[in-house]
Amino acid sequence: MKADRREFLKSAVAVTASAALFPARTFARGAAPRVVVVGGGFAGASCARALRKADPSIAVTLVEPNATFTACPFSNAVIAGLRELRAQQFTYERVAADGIVVARAIAIAVDAQGRSVTLADGAHLPYDRLVLAPGIDIRWGALPGYDEAAAGQMPHAWRAGEQTLLLRRQLEAMEDGGLVVISAPANPFRCPPGPYERASLIAHYLKTKKPRSKLIVLDAKDAFSKQRLFQSAWNELYPGLLEWVPLSKGGNVTSVDAATRTLVTDFGRHKATVANVIPPQKAGRIAEVAGVADRTGWCPIDPVTFESKLQPRIHVIGDAAIAGAMPKSAFAANAHAKACADAVARLVTGGAPSAPKLINTCYSLVAPDYGISIAGVYQPSGGQLAEVPGSGGVSPADAPRATRALEAVLAESWFRTITAETFG
Amino acid sequence: MRGVLAATIGFASIAAAVVASAGPPAGAASCSGCHPASTRVASPVPRLAGLDQARIVRAMEDFRSGKRSATVMDRIAKGFTDDEIQAIAAWYASQR
Repeated sequence: MKADRREFLKSAVAVTASAALFPARTFARGAAPRVVVVGGGFAGASCARALRKADPSIAVTLVEPNATFTACPFSNAVIAGLRELRAQQFTYERVAADGIVVARAIAIAVDAQGRSVTLADGAHLPYDRLVLAPGIDIRWGALPGYDEAAAGQMPHAWRAGEQTLLLRRQLEAMEDGGLVVISAPANPFRCPPGPYERASLIAHYLKTKKPRSKLIVLDAKDAFSKQRLFQSAWNELYPGLLEWVPLSKGGNVTSVDAATRTLVTDFGRHKATVANVIPPQKAGRIAEVAGVADRTGWCPIDPVTFESKLQPRIHVIGDAAIAGAMPKSAFAANAHAKACADAVARLVTGGAPSAPKLINTCYSLVAPDYGISIAGVYQPSGGQLAEVPGSGGVSPADAPRATRALEAVLAESWFRTITAETFG
Repeated sequence: MRGVLAATIGFASIAAAVVASAGPPAGAASCSGCHPASTRVASPVPRLAGLDQARIVRAMEDFRSGKRSATVMDRIAKGFTDDEIQAIAAWYASQR
């Protein structure tokens, strides 16, 4: 009881009760605050770097098994033969040069009480704060017939790399007059406009290389991101080639048969020459292991600090997080990363976090010279990240082609900028 | 004249507050998603660090009001208050 009272008094002296106990302990040890970041994508790598920038006294370890990161944004252009995969690939040399320890390992367990991460080789990484940025995992088994073996026949290509190249090779091998089928999942999933950008760029490939072919998008939804802009562009650029089948018209895929590349819906069967199944998803596995994912498979967070609502001192950023109105995008992941780094840097040094304001901007290519965008501004409100009223929206419906061409250029410059900030 | 003076004092106090705090003010960190932080990135989108504070403020106000045409900045500027714009502009002006 006495100890409790002492702790309480100590807390009362500090600026905030929540931040007080831990820094006092750290300073008593005289050790640098330790932050471990798991996952080296747009969220994790950005966060590790932002932490070092915010406070170089913080010891930051980034846990990432891959030596090379392969970016998903613009990977649809790789599938359509407009870009090479190496343009999507980045290493961690510059990240390490910032003084970040890059541990090339898989994190297999988290001890939230003892505050340590266990790596696959059995090593333990103690932390004062942990940031999980595991991205997505495929929810294998959620779509009957779609397992890891099936993904070798009907690629998802929703985590960039080999899957991206597999889908591209299948399209290249397809004879003119073939049927390409894409299935798009219900919300939420990584990159809401992604399936429709992919459909657009595959349609562009078919139009220019295999004009007698057809593309069908089977959708588990009746509405999607930038829908009017996409559909108006499809009518203009790909009439008769691209057909979108919404949920209400029988678009929901209920099972697949990989051996025959068949997608089954409540209304019928589609036998594809090339099938791209974009399956249901969840937060990357370590989120579940750490106990920060809820029954939805995603991770509820505090909108100011990105700290898990389920486990103390564990923060979740990027696609894995339930970030209110913010979409699961690379831009949002990078924005989470910087806001979270600011909060964590304050928390580990005894400061108080302040409410962030975040932006998201997502470009989609409907054709190589035809770009459209969606933008939003977000702030904590009612325990969630909510869109600032009156802000945001999509490109104008009546913009001239010059504006579409400019947005295609801006899309590429966005990719150069964000990858330079994250990996360059 | 008095208005200008008051506004200037207002800016100065915001700038001082920004310098006193550790990190960028709310909203500023998100800008570098499109506006390059590095001088090595080739982009038609301007780098903000070191730009004149009043120039950033005017651009944001004009994007917000629609006086200046934009692709995305019109939609983004509408999400920021006058005070937030001042603080962000002061912070970027102080960066190199």
